[in-house]
Amino acid sequence: MPSATAIPGGRFVRLGETARRAVHLTVDGRPVTALEGDTLLVAVLANGGHLRHSEFGDGVRSGFCLMGACQDCWVRGAGGERWRACSTPVAEGMAVLTQLPEATWPRRD
Amino acid sequence: MAAPRLIVVGAGPAGVRAAEALVQAGLRPIVIDEGRRDGGQIYRRQPDNFKRPYAQLYGSEAAKAQALHHAFDTLKPRLDYRPETLAWNISGGALHVIRDGRAQALPYDALLICSGATDRLLPLPGWHRAGCYSLGAAQIALKAQACAIGRRVAFVGTGPLLYLVASQYLKAGASLAAVIDTSPAAPAAALPGLLARPALLLRGLGLIARLRRAGVPLLRGATPLRVEGDADNGADALVVREAGGRERRFSCDAVAMGYHLRAETQLADLARCDFRFDDASRQWLPAIDADGRASASGVYLAGDGARILGADGAEAAGRLAALAALHDLGLQPGAGQYAAEHKALRARLAKMERFRRGLALAFPWPQAQAATLPDEAVVCRCETITAGELRRCATELGGSELNRAKAFSRVGMGRCQGRYCGHAGAEIVAAACNAPVQQVGRLRGQAPVKPLPLDVEVVQ
Ligand SMILES: Cc1cc2nc3c(=O)[nH]c(=O)nc-3n(C[C@H](O)[C@H](O)[C@H](O)COP(=O)(O)OP(=O)(O)OC[C@H]3O[C@@H](n4cnc5c(N)ncnc54)[C@H](O)[C@@H]3O)c2cc1C
Ligand code: FES
Repeated sequence: MPSATAIPGGRFVRLGETARRAVHLTVDGRPVTALEGDTLLVAVLANGGHLRHSEFGDGVRSGFCLMGACQDCWVRGAGGERWRACSTPVAEGMAVLTQLPEATWPRRD
Repeated sequence: MAAPRLIVVGAGPAGVRAAEALVQAGLRPIVIDEGRRDGGQIYRRQPDNFKRPYAQLYGSEAAKAQALHHAFDTLKPRLDYRPETLAWNISGGALHVIRDGRAQALPYDALLICSGATDRLLPLPGWHRAGCYSLGAAQIALKAQACAIGRRVAFVGTGPLLYLVASQYLKAGASLAAVIDTSPAAPAAALPGLLARPALLLRGLGLIARLRRAGVPLLRGATPLRVEGDADNGADALVVREAGGRERRFSCDAVAMGYHLRAETQLADLARCDFRFDDASRQWLPAIDADGRASASGVYLAGDGARILGADGAEAAGRLAALAALHDLGLQPGAGQYAAEHKALRARLAKMERFRRGLALAFPWPQAQAATLPDEAVVCRCETITAGELRRCATELGGSELNRAKAFSRVGMGRCQGRYCGHAGAEIVAAACNAPVQQVGRLRGQAPVKPLPLDVEVVQ
């Protein structure tokens, strides 16, 4: 097994633990494969370069803290779900949309 | 008498040792933690189906990690443990928690807040681009997910975590573009403090030597200038100025950045604890006594959330704070245990406090770099607000107090609630107003400490 596995276009590089069961999801309608135990953030970024588009027009975002503190990784699901990608485990059949700006993340007033 | 209600927030080293002391005293505390698993930051546990052994995951700290995890696994049946639960407010003598959209208020006789820390960040032009991460994030990707944050990673910032995470990446087979430290070589004044924990000092020097041997470009006393890249693809280079003045550009698709740690103090704030400005680290910290008692009655603080003493310090502080709570509530046998142990625990913490001060001298927070950030640099990543806008609000609109500057500029109001811009924002406002940084104040913690789901069901 190669020690480092990078998928073309993917941002994150897997350095081990690649013998896990595959999990299938779609990102903007495109089918991608992740591994059981991945967070949604890792599942998306192992297969692509970003999680979402900034609602302030400054480009793509890919999370920042990975520990639930910055809230930069909220993504939408095709069924209207909202997930904080760094603390949500990936699940079979998730349909993630990165194209929409995540404008209505849960916020206080 | 009704059973005393004791609550621990956090299941990191501090929280676990606090809970352990309470269980040993015959109690069944509630333990609240936002994480899916116990362990906190340094001893973060990987998902169940990962196979890497302790030695690979935690290196020199493997035995301590295993001991802490084992202690918690043993305690679990005697705890009311609530993982994936956020403590989001404190009011009226109760801790407010939420899990899976279900909210509950938990009244307490004693509340032990062991909430840990996050990375402390300094903005850098371009740090809002995809591919920029906190140092802690880079470590979590590796530890909890066996991933590198990019194909070629540049590390920038200062503090022990900078060299630690870079070394962990090197060892795991990642490709490193450079390690850029804003601190120059440590001044002699730092040495007495650092020598309080000689083994730790040696380990740190060993990490630096290993990176050097591997041929990773290693700069000290450098000034980070910008992250280059574009809106569609994110970061593609880190540009810095060497101590000697030369500009260097390191191609990379990921930048990991961090300037030591920032205590997670919102809950202490909501409990109305007094804060003090810590000169050594230039940050506001909740005031505690030698045992961890806060100024608010029934509230105890331990671990990185009160004093950044590292994992060993967090374990000692957690135990001491829990014993102090038992003592204050007059609960035997805990009160007797407090009498037996508190002096030794205090002495351990005092030694770690000396080390902390040494570290703060060796790896100072580069406040001048915050103060002189170019106007066009984004300070608030959440809402893309620039240093220039914050300066304008501070000077023209009279926002020379940080919470006023926040109201005008929205810096500190976004998704992260000031966790990543607050410290630098204070330096920018202070410099713009020619005031000492402690005078501009600190961002006050607000409930909820993190965003709540939109539909909440209240359970009694
Ligand atoms: C990202 C990161 C990586 C680190 N890596 C290292 C390292 O490799 N080596 C090292 O020596 N030190 C490291 N440190 C420092 C290290 O975290 C500490 O020394 C040690 O973990 C502190 O223990 P603690 O118990 O105080 O806090 P932590 O271990 O941070 O635990 C705090 C716990 O409280 C929980 N919590 C906080 N707020 C809430 C809330 N409102 N509701 C519910 N739960 C809450 C968190 O989920 C967390 O589990 C790191 C720090 C960070 C932030
Ligand atoms: S990456 Fe920061 S909250 Fe998810």
